[in-house]
Amino acid sequence: MIAEVGQFALVLAFTLAIAQASLPLYGAAVGDGRLMAFARSSALGQLLFIAVAFVALTAAFVVSDFSVKLVAEHSHSAKPLMYKLSGVWGNHEGSMLLWVLILAVFGGAVAAFARNLPDTLVARVLSVQGMIGVGFLAFILFTSNPFLRLDPSPVNGNGLNPLLQDPGLATHPPFLYLGYVGFSMAFSFAVAALIEGRVDPAWARWVRLWAYYELGWGGWWFWDPVENASLMPWLAGTALLHSAIVVEKRDALKRWTILLAILTFTLSLIGTFLVRSGVISSVHSFATDPTRGVFILGLLVATTGGALTLYAIRAPQMKLGNLFAFASRETSLILNNVFLVVTCGAIFIGTFLPLFVQVTNGDQMSVGAPVYNFFFVPLAIVLMVFMAIGPMLSWKRGNIAAALFRLKLAAAVGLGVAAGTLLLQAGWAAIAFGVAAWLLAGSLWVVVERMNLSGGLGAAWSRAAGLPRSAWGMVVAHAGVAIVAIGIASMTVWTAETVTLLKQGETASVAGYDVRLLSVRDEQGPNYAAKVGRFAVSVSGAQIDEMIAEKRTYPNPGSETTEAALRVRPLDVLYVTLGQGHADGTWTVRMYHHPLVVWIWGGAVIMVLGGLLSLSDRRLRIGAPRRAAPVAAPAE
Amino acid sequence: MMTMSRWLSLVPLFLLLALAVYFAIGLATDSRTVQSVLIDKPLPAFDLPKFGAAGETMSSEEFKGRVSLLNIFASWCITCRVEHPVLVKLTEQKRVAIYGLAWKDKPDELKAWLDELGNPYLAIADDAKGRTAIDLGVTGAPETYVIDKKGRIRFKQVGAIDDYVWRTTIEPLVRHLEAEE
Repeated sequence: MIAEVGQFALVLAFTLAIAQASLPLYGAAVGDGRLMAFARSSALGQLLFIAVAFVALTAAFVVSDFSVKLVAEHSHSAKPLMYKLSGVWGNHEGSMLLWVLILAVFGGAVAAFARNLPDTLVARVLSVQGMIGVGFLAFILFTSNPFLRLDPSPVNGNGLNPLLQDPGLATHPPFLYLGYVGFSMAFSFAVAALIEGRVDPAWARWVRLWAYYELGWGGWWFWDPVENASLMPWLAGTALLHSAIVVEKRDALKRWTILLAILTFTLSLIGTFLVRSGVISSVHSFATDPTRGVFILGLLVATTGGALTLYAIRAPQMKLGNLFAFASRETSLILNNVFLVVTCGAIFIGTFLPLFVQVTNGDQMSVGAPVYNFFFVPLAIVLMVFMAIGPMLSWKRGNIAAALFRLKLAAAVGLGVAAGTLLLQAGWAAIAFGVAAWLLAGSLWVVVERMNLSGGLGAAWSRAAGLPRSAWGMVVAHAGVAIVAIGIASMTVWTAETVTLLKQGETASVAGYDVRLLSVRDEQGPNYAAKVGRFAVSVSGAQIDEMIAEKRTYPNPGSETTEAALRVRPLDVLYVTLGQGHADGTWTVRMYHHPLVVWIWGGAVIMVLGGLLSLSDRRLRIGAPRRAAPVAAPAE
Repeated sequence: MMTMSRWLSLVPLFLLLALAVYFAIGLATDSRTVQSVLIDKPLPAFDLPKFGAAGETMSSEEFKGRVSLLNIFASWCITCRVEHPVLVKLTEQKRVAIYGLAWKDKPDELKAWLDELGNPYLAIADDAKGRTAIDLGVTGAPETYVIDKKGRIRFKQVGAIDDYVWRTTIEPLVRHLEAEE
């Protein structure tokens, strides 16, 4: 019964989405207020129905209703509740349902809170959202229905992959999707603007709002470093954020900004479906169900192709924006865009080159980390060099020499750090640390300069507080980038690893830490048996900590996982795993030492804070869409 | 006459369409041209009844120590009939060790088939339920896996081995693997 309720709600959401995709669009074209108003109510209705479907599926997982095929395949009655819940999206069908739920949440948010936008724009934005909804609901209903029944139903389920029984992984997909799907709003705004044929600062402010929101999730994406594909929308989104600033402040770069919004969502779609669903990595799974692949490709072509066709028709009619000199804030933001898009393009080519080569001449190849590093590292370094200079330039016409002169202290700091690094480690590390230090110092200099310390501390502080929040946001976000760069560089250069065999009481060391295996005990978990290893950690003879690592064996479906012991400190992370036990009483023990790795996450959080600070700026507030009143900001 | 700007604004659309064509061809190309995910991984563990030797089993351990082929075949498979004389010739000429995996076959039909066409296999694992074939990712018979001395799959041939495939692909690989440590 639960499954049927879910199925029925999904069908209702689908029909409502069709109405939402068409009626408001027509209403906006002919100026029918009632049809336009329908956009809001249908968006809220869609949210309701999809939420009902999602709750129904969740209920089926919680009560272990194995007559639902999806539950039987992906759950097990002995599983802890938390993983029954995460099992809802731990599979293709359920994750698609989560995807449309998040889409509906965003649509509902616009419907409920966007009070100060023109009715026609809201109607068109929600209508485009409705079209995306139609496509994905159809995909779910026709190729990936999560509510299919199984008859006869099995006594128990096939369990969840124990690798997915991890709190991090259980919460990861929802956050990732919140990010991916969020770009659909920027996309809908871009398409709506193309239909309206008008791009104004109020529009740019909304796109920027979404971009900020999106990059907030950047922190979450970063902890998926193996997945290059999830970095692509993030890079394109960062470019979008910066070009939207130019549209908002200077009324230029409109076409480019629209194109970026379309590109970003396309990359999110590719990230979600072509990479996460495993088309690229294993064509094998696709051969078993080609309808899904064809459908996904069709959706991609329809969404992006439709938007780009509209772009091809409308873009040439948009008037070009204001002119600016080469040395200007505008140019620096364009440079930012060029570097981000080129980086994104390099990752894209790296991800898809194997496919292109295979299709073109049948050869097989793979692109490894060295290739990515070859492109990514130099691009990132150049980008960071310019990141400090850009904010020092003024709009329309700036002076590079003057900007560099103002940054002389930051340059000194950067060179000093590079020289210091060179004493320890040669080459890339010195450049990376030097550039990161330059960026950190250069970003903070915006504030320090403004404070003008000569006039007493109190006055200086009030001057700093007088900086617009958007300027603070910029400073904080750029400093966050520098901190991330420092973390990545030190982890790349100074990671230490020891793999050894230990008996009880024996000691091995990694990066100055002595790790002694105290004991290995057997323990029983809710649905697994575990070997629990206790380790004592000491530095130069004095014990500083104890760590516990586990090796778990899950009888359902019969696989093993390793639960590493982590000792996280601001300056380093020590990571110990218990491996195979051997007949002579020894255990394989792996130990890793990652210096400054916390800085990567910390920097990402700081970037998010920067975005939030910018968002809270009075001039950007949603309730006050002031028309193109250029405020002279020292930095943004 | 279209203006420059109009042409430029069409570029993104054309790029997308080109990309879509590539994706479509990529989708249409089935796993035949895509190497198995098991390449360079150990042969999935199995322990199956040995055909023609009651009570004995054949396990994946048996593959360690020499370069060998594992041929997935069945008496019901037409292409296998075409391939079979090539395998028989290879064994006669002692070119490489060939193991067989009889996929969802019936013992009496299998016996009749081997009696008629000859038996080139060092040993045959009887995968009557087809479970090991699933572990191997078999998409159809015949398929042949080239196994190195450490028992790892190094190559997967989908479809029949004929003289050409043997000469140009499999034999060079087998010789290369034999030279490996």
